[in-house]
Amino acid sequence: MPVVDLATSSRRDLNAALHALREGDNDMHWRVENPAGQHALACGLDAPVTVEIAGHAGYYCAGMNQHATVVVEGNAGVGVAENMMSGRVHVKGDASQSAGATAHGGLLVIDGNASARCGISMKGVDIVVKGSIGPMSAFMAQAGRLVVLGDAGDALGDSIYEARIYVAGEVAGLGADCVEKEMREEHRAELRELFEAAGVEADPAMFRRYGSARQLYNFHVDNAAAY
Amino acid sequence: MCGIVGLFLKDSSLEPQLGSLLAGMLEVMTDRGPDSAGFAIYGSGQKGHVKLTLRGSDLEAIKVSLDPDSTMVLRDTHAVLVVPQDREDEVRGWLAVNRPDVVVTGAGERIELYKEVGLPADVATRFGLDGMAGTHGIGHTRMATESAVTTDGAHPFSTGKDQCLVHNGSLSNHASLRRMLEPEGIAIHTENDSEVAAGYLTWKMRGGASLAEALEASLEDLDGFYTFVVGTEDGFAVLRDPISCKPAVMAETDQYVAFGSEYRALVSLPGIENAKVFEPDPARVYAWTRS
Repeated sequence: MPVVDLATSSRRDLNAALHALREGDNDMHWRVENPAGQHALACGLDAPVTVEIAGHAGYYCAGMNQHATVVVEGNAGVGVAENMMSGRVHVKGDASQSAGATAHGGLLVIDGNASARCGISMKGVDIVVKGSIGPMSAFMAQAGRLVVLGDAGDALGDSIYEARIYVAGEVAGLGADCVEKEMREEHRAELRELFEAAGVEADPAMFRRYGSARQLYNFHVDNAAAY
Repeated sequence: MCGIVGLFLKDSSLEPQLGSLLAGMLEVMTDRGPDSAGFAIYGSGQKGHVKLTLRGSDLEAIKVSLDPDSTMVLRDTHAVLVVPQDREDEVRGWLAVNRPDVVVTGAGERIELYKEVGLPADVATRFGLDGMAGTHGIGHTRMATESAVTTDGAHPFSTGKDQCLVHNGSLSNHASLRRMLEPEGIAIHTENDSEVAAGYLTWKMRGGASLAEALEASLEDLDGFYTFVVGTEDGFAVLRDPISCKPAVMAETDQYVAFGSEYRALVSLPGIENAKVFEPDPARVYAWTRS
């Protein structure tokens, strides 16, 4: 297994080496030591490689990921898995703000807590947070699933479109146009699938579902006087 | 964008290393602010005496003129002059008349406050931050976006005895706050919005509020984006605005509480591997007091 020590080699070289990988190459399991919170680690990957980061990562770790599996064995900074298209990102510690922002696909699993704006503008990604998420999460979320085993901060799902949010704990408050919705069998089945994918043991019956009331979708001519 | 750092020691055995630890943190934050840097350190103090940190040229001459027997430590463009408390007004009056070019950057029993234009590592070296001891300190690296790169515009700001503040963000109601504070006798010397925030806290604490209470009140009265790290003679506090616009990471161990704009700033601290690393919540005051 290739091991890259960032105490002695550069992040740019690491990312270039990871970008050069193609499906079918021999060395598809990498380990990165001494990340020391550096930014943009394992960004823009486009091959089914596994990258283990042995410590804390800085901003935008695994951003734009396609096909790759990135495991952060510590905390991740702002924008982990931002704009992920596919693949899997697993943060074993906590994640900072805007985890999974604008991501189109793939799975983001956070073992700890995620802070503010988790899943902001998510466009199809699945996000499973074993801890709690901060305020303003899933702001303008368009598609995908956000599953939270802990609590959610204030203004959850503000201006949400079609993403689905499942929370087991307390929700401090819902944002504009976000409402609680009925949990039907199809939703419990969806949760079971996500738990399995994320390696989580949980009971779907513990969860409440939140989504869009669809009142902000269109301009209502009756409201014209308000503008 | 700016970088801010802070380190508050719980374990006195680390005090001789405060400056070197803070210098390391400051240097890592160069990417966030390469224009200028500054720091405040709470070092040794002498009851009944005031340490005045002066900035300007030919500072040695001030000591000679005022009192050749007084203590003055020169560090590059700054000097710390120690005067008996009852002579502080007289010394400040003398400076205003005879050396209007000199700026008093900080004053108090233990605070020393240095700031200059240049790369953070160079600024730290020029002032010998590496060798400074103390109980706590804060620092700032500035990337100027709205005003010129000047020493006056660099942080920290000190508007009261043994008080200092560093700020990442921008305030939108600093002009009206300034108009409110000036008649209250809070002197604000620069056009910088962050100095207004420092002045606001000074005003609140002068009215009897604790550091934590003053910050609590600022949530009501300050409008804008901010992450503040604030020091007082025996306290250290952090506050982020209600939407946590600006980044912040903290680490706490039995030995210290540390703050960085990014985790990178904290990686060289002793025992960081086992520290409790967390992101401060928006609109929540975090405060520590020396026991």
